[in-house]
Amino acid sequence: MRMDASVKSMQSGSANTAGPFLRIRALAKRFGAFTALKDIDLDVAKGEFVCFLGPSGCGKTTLLRAIAGLDPQDEGLIEIAGRDVSNLPPAARDFGIVFQSYALFPNLTVAANVGYGLVNRRAGRAAMDARVKELLALVGLPEQGTKYPGQLSGGQQQRVALARALATSPGLLLLDEPLSALDARVRVRLREEIKQLQRRLGVTTIMVTHDQEEALAMADRIVVMREGVIEQVGTPSEIYRKPATAFVADFVGTMTFLDAQVSGPDRLRFGTIELACNSINGFAHGAAVRIGLRPEEIRVRNIDAATPNRIDARVSLLDFLGAFCRARLEPEAAPGVAILADFSANLMRDLSVVEGQTLTIALPPESLRVFAKS
Amino acid sequence: MSVATVPLPVIAQRVSREAWVARAGVILLVAWLVLSIALPLWALLSKSFQNANGEFIGVANYLRYFSTPSLFNSIFNSVGVAIATTVIVIPLAFVYAYALTRTRMRFKGLFYAAAMLPLFAPSLLSAISLIYLFGNQGLLKGLMFGSSIYGANGIIVAQVFYCFPHALIIAVTALALADARLYEVADALGTRKSRIFRTVTLPGAKFGLINAAFVVFTLVVTDFGIAKVIGGQFNVLATDAYKQVVGQQNFEMGAVVGMVLLVPAVLAFVIDRMVQRRQVALLSARAVPLEPKQNRPRDAALMVYCLVIGGILVGVLGTAIWASFITYWPYNLTPTLKNYDFANFDPGGWSPYFTSIWMATLAAVFGTGIVFTGAYVVEKTRVMPGGRMIAHLLAMLPMAVPGLVLGLGYVFFVNARWNPLGFLYGTLAVLVINSIAHFYTVAHITSLTALKQIDPEFESVSASLKVPFWRTFARVTVPICWPAILDIAIYIFVNALTTVSAVIFLYGPDTKLAAIAIVHMDEMGASAAAAGMATMIVFTALGAKLLQLLLDRLLFTRLQAWRKR
Ligand SMILES: Nc1ncnc2c1ncn2[C@@H]1O[C@H](COP(=O)(O)OP(=O)(O)OP(=O)(O)O)[C@@H](O)[C@H]1O
Ligand SMILES: [Mg+2]
Repeated sequence: MRMDASVKSMQSGSANTAGPFLRIRALAKRFGAFTALKDIDLDVAKGEFVCFLGPSGCGKTTLLRAIAGLDPQDEGLIEIAGRDVSNLPPAARDFGIVFQSYALFPNLTVAANVGYGLVNRRAGRAAMDARVKELLALVGLPEQGTKYPGQLSGGQQQRVALARALATSPGLLLLDEPLSALDARVRVRLREEIKQLQRRLGVTTIMVTHDQEEALAMADRIVVMREGVIEQVGTPSEIYRKPATAFVADFVGTMTFLDAQVSGPDRLRFGTIELACNSINGFAHGAAVRIGLRPEEIRVRNIDAATPNRIDARVSLLDFLGAFCRARLEPEAAPGVAILADFSANLMRDLSVVEGQTLTIALPPESLRVFAKS
Repeated sequence: MSVATVPLPVIAQRVSREAWVARAGVILLVAWLVLSIALPLWALLSKSFQNANGEFIGVANYLRYFSTPSLFNSIFNSVGVAIATTVIVIPLAFVYAYALTRTRMRFKGLFYAAAMLPLFAPSLLSAISLIYLFGNQGLLKGLMFGSSIYGANGIIVAQVFYCFPHALIIAVTALALADARLYEVADALGTRKSRIFRTVTLPGAKFGLINAAFVVFTLVVTDFGIAKVIGGQFNVLATDAYKQVVGQQNFEMGAVVGMVLLVPAVLAFVIDRMVQRRQVALLSARAVPLEPKQNRPRDAALMVYCLVIGGILVGVLGTAIWASFITYWPYNLTPTLKNYDFANFDPGGWSPYFTSIWMATLAAVFGTGIVFTGAYVVEKTRVMPGGRMIAHLLAMLPMAVPGLVLGLGYVFFVNARWNPLGFLYGTLAVLVINSIAHFYTVAHITSLTALKQIDPEFESVSASLKVPFWRTFARVTVPICWPAILDIAIYIFVNALTTVSAVIFLYGPDTKLAAIAIVHMDEMGASAAAAGMATMIVFTALGAKLLQLLLDRLLFTRLQAWRKR
C-alpha cells in the first residue's frame, strides 16, 4: 500500500528537501526461515511524530532497528533525507536512539553520558560542556550532571537517555518503547514532555510502542503492524474512527463484533434484526461480514420511533470501571450474543440501570463498521 | 496496493571501518586459538599414528599399547583411583557445603577459606605431607599398621585433599541456590525433615553434585604430581606418559598414552554436558532466597564436622610447611632455614621460583588481555558469526583437555619438523602460551558471564553516536568488568604458579619452574627442600589472592563509586 506523505509537517525552519524525510520501500527482513517483515512501504514527513503500534512480536523493533542499520534488512530501500542509506552502517546514518533499557553507561556520570557522542566532534571542551548543560536543561535535569545513572529514578534515567540521543542533533529520533519500564503516572507525564520537546525541536521521530493509549496521545500518525506487515497508517483519529481492518479495530480501542450479512444497499442483517449503515464498504449483496461497534457509540437516550437501528436488549452484566460502567447487552432477538456498551456514571444514575433490566438501545448507522469475515 | 516501482536491492551492508576492526579481531582470535590449542592437539593425535621417523603407521602404536599389560593396566589403576576418590570426596564436600549454606553455624567464612587452601598449592604438596606423616619416617607411621602409604592408598588420600575444594565450590553453589518457598510449603504440609531432605534438598543439588563428581574424576585421572610423589610402584596413566616421554624418549608411545588419557577426560566432559542439559532452571526469578533457621543441635554437630575436616585439611597441608623448617625429620625437630638454601639441592637454586613468578605474571597479564578481549569479540560484535562460533568452541576445548595432554601436544607441535616456531621450545614464551591455553576455558566463561550482564545495546548506542566500539570497550565495558578481570588475572596467576602437569615437558635449561624443581628435588630425596619450594608457592599464591581482595576493596571504594546508590 502506498502512503501519502503526511499533510502535516512541522518544519523547523531548516532546509526543506522535497519528498518525505524517511522513505521505505519494499522492505523485508527474515530470521532464517521466519519472515519478520515483508513489503514494508512507509513515508514519514520531516518533523512528524510517528508511532509503530502492534502486538508483541509483530516486528516493530525489527523495523526500527532496520531503519537504524543495527539489524540491516534483507531487501528493500531506506532513504533518510533523500539519501539512500540502505546499506550504510549505523554510524553513517543520522539518528539518535533511546532503548527500552535506556542503555546508560553506569560508570559514567550523567554529563559524560550525555556528552558521549560529542567527544569525537572535536568541538572543544568548553563548547561541549555548554552543549551538555543545555541538553540537561532541555530535559529538565539541570543540576544532575555529576550524578551517576544508578542514583537517578527511572524517569530521570529516561530523560538522560533522551538527552544523549539528542546531543548530536540527529535528523531522526528513534525510540523503542521508551516509557514501558516506568510506572503509570510517570509514564503519562513523560509522554507529554517528550511530545512537547519533539514539537519544539521539530525532530522527525519514530516511537515503538504496544500501548495504544500512548500511540493515540502522542503520534501525528500511527503505523499499525501485524505479523510483519503494515495493516494501516493514519492519524490517531483515522485509526480509531475508521479502522481499515477488524484487526486494527480490535487492537486500538474496544470493539464488539457481530456476524452479519449484507441484505441490501447499506442494509445488513444480523440474526433477525435488520440494520441500516452508512456504507457497506463495497461488499456484495449476501456477503457474510462482520459488524464492528465501539462500546461508547451505543445510544440509550433520546430514542424515539424514528431512531434507526433500535433494538431491545437485556443488561446481562455490569462492570464498574470508575468513571463509567461497561455493560454486556444481549439483544432480545438474538440471545447469547453480547454487545458491549459504555454507560457514563451520569447515565447510570439518570436511568438507574441494573443487571437484568431490558433497555431499548440504538446502534447509530454511522457507527457501524463493516469488515470482511476472516 | 500499488505495484512496487522501486527495484528490490538485496542488502549487503557496506563494511565500515569498525566492522573491519571487528573482523580482524575475530580472525586474530581464531588464529591464536588454532595455534595455541587446536594445532598442539592435532600434533599429539598425528604423533600417535607415527613411528619414530615420523612415518604414518596406522594404529600400530595403539596395538602395541594394548598388548602390553604393564601399560594398559594403568588405565584400570587410574580409573579405579579416580572412582575411589570421587566416592569419598563428594559426600565429604556435600556435608561441608551443607554446613556452610544451610545452617546458622558461626565462622562460615573461616571454614570456607580453610577448605580453599589446597587450591593455592601444587597438587603434590598433599602427597609430600602424607609422606611426612605416614611415610617410612612418618610421624604417625604407627597408624598405618604396617601397610605402606606409597601406592594406591596414598594417591587416593592425597587426591581427596587436593580435590576437596573443587568439589566444595560446586556443592556450595548448588546448595546456595534454593527457593525458600519450597521448604515453607513442605513444612506447611507437615513433611518430616528427612523426607524434605530427600525430596527437596537433594534433588535441588543433584546436578551440582553430578557435575562435582565428574570434575573430581577428571582431576584425579589427569593429575600428575600426586602419583609421581606418592604412587611408588603403582602406575597410572599420567606417570606413564611422563616415563615414556621423559624417561624413555619414546614419544610415540607417550602420544598414545596422552590420547588414552584424553578419553576419560573427554567422556566425563561430554556426559556431564549431557546431564546438565537436562537441568531445568529450578530457580525462577521470583524465588525467595532461603534463610536457614536456628537449630542448635544440628548447627553444633555440623560445626564439629567442619572443625574436624577443616582441621585435617589445614593440618595436613601445614605439615609440609612445618617440615620445610625442620632440621632432620622426624628426629631433630629444631627449626632451620637451611632447606630454603635451594642451591644445595637443585642446581637452579632460587631461580626456578623467580622464573615461575615471572612466567605466571606474564601469563596472567597477557592471558587476561587475550581472553577478555576475545570473549568481548565473541559476545558483543556482530561480524562473522561462523568465526565467532568457532572461536567459542575452541575456547571451550581446554576444559576437556588434561594439562599433561596439552603439554605433550605442545612438545610435539613445537618440535614438529614442519613448524617454523621450533625456536620457541624451552623458552619462557612457550610456557606462557601453554599456561594461557591450559586455563583458557574458565577465564573465558568468567568473561562471558561478566559481559552477558552488560546491556547488549551499549554497542548500538555507541554506533548511533558515531563512537567506535573500541572506545566504548575501553571507556565503559572494561571499567564495568574490573572485578571479573581481576578475578581472571589472579586465577591464571595462581594456576600457572601451581601447575606441574602441562609444563613438565616444556621447560628448558633457563626456564625451569618452581613446580618442576619440586618434582626434581623430591625425586632426589630432598623432600624438605621440595616442601620448602612448595611452601614458597603457597605463600606467593595466597599473597596474590590477598592482593586481589585488597584491590577489589580499593576499586570498589575509589574507582567504582558509581556502584554505590
Ligand atoms: N535475532 C532474531 N532472531 C530470530 N528471530 C527474531 C530475532 N529478533 C526478532 N525475531 C523475531 O521477529 C519477530 C519480531 O520481533 P520484534 O522484536 O521486532 O517484535 P516487536 O514487535 O518489537 O515485539 P515487542 O513488542 O515484544 O517488543 C518476533 O517473532 C521475534 O521472535
Ligand atoms: Mg520490541
